Amino acid sequence: MNLVLTKNDIGKLEEIISDQLLDSGAEHVVVADLSGNLIMERGSLEMDDVFSLAAVSAANFAATAEIARLIGEQDFTLMYHKGGKRNVHFSRLARDYLIITLFNDNVSLGLIRLKLVNAIGEMRAIFGES
Amino acid sequence: MAFIDLSKNEIQAKVVYYGPGRGGKTTNLLYVHQSMSSQVCGKMVTIDTKGDRTLFFDFLPLSIGKVLNMSIRIQLYTVPGQVMYNTTRKLVLRGVDGVVFVADSLKVQKNKNIESLENLIKNLGDEGLSIADVPLVLQYNKRDLMESNIPLLPVAELECDLNDGLNVASFEASAANGTGVYETLREISKRTIKNVIQKVGGQIA
Repeated sequence: MNLVLTKNDIGKLEEIISDQLLDSGAEHVVVADLSGNLIMERGSLEMDDVFSLAAVSAANFAATAEIARLIGEQDFTLMYHKGGKRNVHFSRLARDYLIITLFNDNVSLGLIRLKLVNAIGEMRAIFGES
Repeated sequence: MAFIDLSKNEIQAKVVYYGPGRGGKTTNLLYVHQSMSSQVCGKMVTIDTKGDRTLFFDFLPLSIGKVLNMSIRIQLYTVPGQVMYNTTRKLVLRGVDGVVFVADSLKVQKNKNIESLENLIKNLGDEGLSIADVPLVLQYNKRDLMESNIPLLPVAELECDLNDGLNVASFEASAANGTGVYETLREISKRTIKNVIQKVGGQIA
């Protein structure tokens, strides 16, 4: 299955990301598909390697899902890496997509997770799922 | 699964280099990475073991120009060739738009080539894809070793072993010195983009 997004779709995604995540303190948000294609990015960081970030994140997500399967789980609901200055949170969006949220220690993980639930709910329609 | 961004007029597609272990898949990507300018070719990401074997995959994003006024971005991936990493190979194959099968021309690798192609057919089948429907190019690598008197499989034998039922384009190559690398890449890019445009043509017209 191929994905075609119009200017209008991308505009709506940008609006949701800005309203829900960037305005809440997230530094940068990347949307990718589970094949590793970069769909869009938005935020304040200068990202030179955003294509690599999308590809490796999709692989990381797939590998973690495989770990879940090996231990008898269907999926892990929380995928989060804590760094010294910057943290990254991965969420599945609809069936085949991924939101990667980068944020620093000024924002709590709980707030990011809460806002992601809202954002994912709004984005589902754009990716053809209700 | 290709992604078409109409706000940027860009098509992204995924090409996977597949084949037996130590066959030269990573070397193909390294040659492309080293010989292309940084404007065209992004940073290469390699997730390998302490030795030189690919553990998860190599990844190289490329911008290869425009078709129908759309910018074309091809993401090149390799898979780990070793038999035990089949789960990883399946993960990397997910959403594939085109495949380069890199066969090892060494005589001793004859069976490994056949097993790897059978494994590709099976793994594509598990993804709901038939090898006949996925753009595919064969590359017979390490042809330069002929000069070193190392026993190699004749091209006719490789064709018979691997390309008999497929009848796809095939190239002799020596990835270590670059011979055949760009010919292979050009052909798979052409076939992949043609296939993507055929599938979604109505939506981007």
